[in-house]
Amino acid sequence: MAPSQSLGSGQPDPSARLTIPGDPMAVRAGLRSLFDTILLRGLTAEDRSAAEIVLAEALNNIVEHAYSNSHGDIDITLQLRQTELICTIVDTGKPMPDNTLPNGHLSPLGAVKDLPEGGFGWHVIRTLSKDLHYQRQDGRNQLSFRLDTTQPAN
Amino acid sequence: MDLLAEQRGEILVVHAMQDRIDAACAVQFKDRMRELTQLPTPRVVLDMSRVNFLDSSGLGAVVAVMKALAPDRRLELSGLTNTVQKVFRLTRMDSVFTIHSETPDGLRQAG
Repeated sequence: MAPSQSLGSGQPDPSARLTIPGDPMAVRAGLRSLFDTILLRGLTAEDRSAAEIVLAEALNNIVEHAYSNSHGDIDITLQLRQTELICTIVDTGKPMPDNTLPNGHLSPLGAVKDLPEGGFGWHVIRTLSKDLHYQRQDGRNQLSFRLDTTQPAN
Repeated sequence: MDLLAEQRGEILVVHAMQDRIDAACAVQFKDRMRELTQLPTPRVVLDMSRVNFLDSSGLGAVVAVMKALAPDRRLELSGLTNTVQKVFRLTRMDSVFTIHSETPDGLRQAG
């Protein structure tokens, strides 16, 4: 499904919105189509790379946890405002435990046999994003954050 | 998950042929690597030069492969693209792996 785009000038901020089913293949395809929009093609390679890492972690988290034993959609809205990409992701799965985002502390790296094989996602999201905010309302999870972009919109 | 293995002397080079190692293929990647590394070569190098994107599930799978080879063998990586490098750096996993900027001499795949 192609994301809807609005790229008006002097009008609302340029944005893209996409709704995908909450499964890993749909996340992969969804990221592909989002990064093919005019909105994201306009970012530098460095900014695109950071955005794809953060969005992938946020979406994978929803698939693995919020929808761990149910099915539902994920709604992604991206908005480019001046030098920021504003991301809002909504799902109807389970709430975050205690309605709180994980702190994302990395486990210490010791012997090879004890290396962590997961738990990287929130650390990566928290490191690369700003104003990370989570809210549970009316049976929906809403996650929002902002990403710096090096070039102004348009 | 498309992986191409070639044995060169004491080194087994596995070329990841897909452009992503992500949550959709992490388990498959791990299983396939386990099969391919049955060959008892002292060194295993994963060529990631075609991989443009790695998420934390993909990273976890790469770590799992290294753990499966330990303690006798260590997984080495080569050809990390920018985004992949960034994920390793952010998670400090760049300090754990031997990372070759290019696939070591004599390992480059022809063509």
